[in-house]
Amino acid sequence: MAWRDDWRRVRAIVWKDLTTEGRSKAGFNSVAALGVTILVLFGFALGPDAQALRDAAAGALWLAVLFAGVLAFNRSYQVELESGALEPLLLYPGARWTIFAGKLIANTIFVGLMLVIVVLVGIVLFQVRVPDAWPTLILVLALGAIGLVSLGTFYAAMASRSRAREVLLPLLLFPMLVPVLLAAMSASKALLSGDLMHEAPAWIRMLVAYDVIFVVAPLLAFEHVIEV
Amino acid sequence: MTPVPRVDIAIDAQGVARRFGARWVLRGVDLQVRPGEMVGLLGANGSGKSTLLRILATLLKPSAGGATVYGHDVVKSPDDVRRHIGFLAHSPGLYDDLTARENLQFGAAMLGLDHPDLDAALERVGLAHVTHERVRGFSAGMQRRLSLARLVLANARVLLLDEPYSNLDVAGIALMNELIGESVAGGGAALVVLHELAPAAGLLDRTITIRDGRIADDDAAFLEPDALAAAGER
Repeated sequence: MAWRDDWRRVRAIVWKDLTTEGRSKAGFNSVAALGVTILVLFGFALGPDAQALRDAAAGALWLAVLFAGVLAFNRSYQVELESGALEPLLLYPGARWTIFAGKLIANTIFVGLMLVIVVLVGIVLFQVRVPDAWPTLILVLALGAIGLVSLGTFYAAMASRSRAREVLLPLLLFPMLVPVLLAAMSASKALLSGDLMHEAPAWIRMLVAYDVIFVVAPLLAFEHVIEV
Repeated sequence: MTPVPRVDIAIDAQGVARRFGARWVLRGVDLQVRPGEMVGLLGANGSGKSTLLRILATLLKPSAGGATVYGHDVVKSPDDVRRHIGFLAHSPGLYDDLTARENLQFGAAMLGLDHPDLDAALERVGLAHVTHERVRGFSAGMQRRLSLARLVLANARVLLLDEPYSNLDVAGIALMNELIGESVAGGGAALVVLHELAPAAGLLDRTITIRDGRIADDDAAFLEPDALAAAGER
């Protein structure tokens, strides 16, 4: 059955990406370290004013995730490119979207783990009071991460064929991420400050809409992007 | 030009041309390989052998002309073509941080195999003793053998092999020939890029020489014992 084979391929990619990453550890350590470093630098730049730190927390958090994420997305195809495994991967029969779906899930888990570390460090560094609506904040973090990872994984595939992929990826990715980051940052900021103006639901709806677009469109277009 | 699908022909290339930028690497190659046939593809470096193989494997699209594998068009039905081919490239295409068995396990899952006998495949290529070792520590020859194990699992009808004997020792060459021979004897077809004829001497039915992107020689008679010995000395 086609869907069973597709699902098996997706699981195989997830397993392969997470296993190779788990064994090398170089990727996760460097990505998490970069995220934490960015937060620390922001913390120092803003000084000891507790209110200023809290106000800037959401922005600093998403910028840390963005920059560290780019490092992670570049790595997601590096394993294939270094070992010449991209061609065998493309030669397996079956739908190419399964490769994207597998990498999307693996990268979401990867960035999710990084996000946990960055959020915990951010709470301490920026003296953030955990809001009552923390489940909604977790939802916003998850939605923001999915949008970021989906576009990042897609554009990393597009840039993977280029020799200047490390430079090309941010150039392609950052402009496209503006709506997701804006919505995620605004929703996070509203929730961290108690959402007195009830802004968060509108931003969350926008995030959901962007996520749907940014997951479905790459799934459909991936075959053409990865084509030689 | 759209080739007429012929399912009685394993590989059918008609007027295949490919350019990279302004440079034409292939300039209209016509080639047919029948089931049960092993064909050697010869030519100098840069003559277009690997490019032709990559087009037949659906990794590159031809700039002009077309090709079919068992009647499936490499451009219009690439997925159908992929179900028939086993491709061995220069680089082994393995994951260094996975073990030999895990690499095969991944390949089997991607091929959609329900109950692959991974241990038998590893045993077949002489890697049973390093089943649980990471590929990172393997020699080039061992990596080649593991790529071969992946081909064994795929059980493809058409083998497209790019310099398959490189990095292999005498036993490895014998193993490669055994696997190709079995495939061809079972009605499969093999198109093999070669730099020297000697390793495949006893198996080849025909050789095709590509020069400057065109077929310069398509000669079964070339494989008469005397001619073969002479070719080995060139």
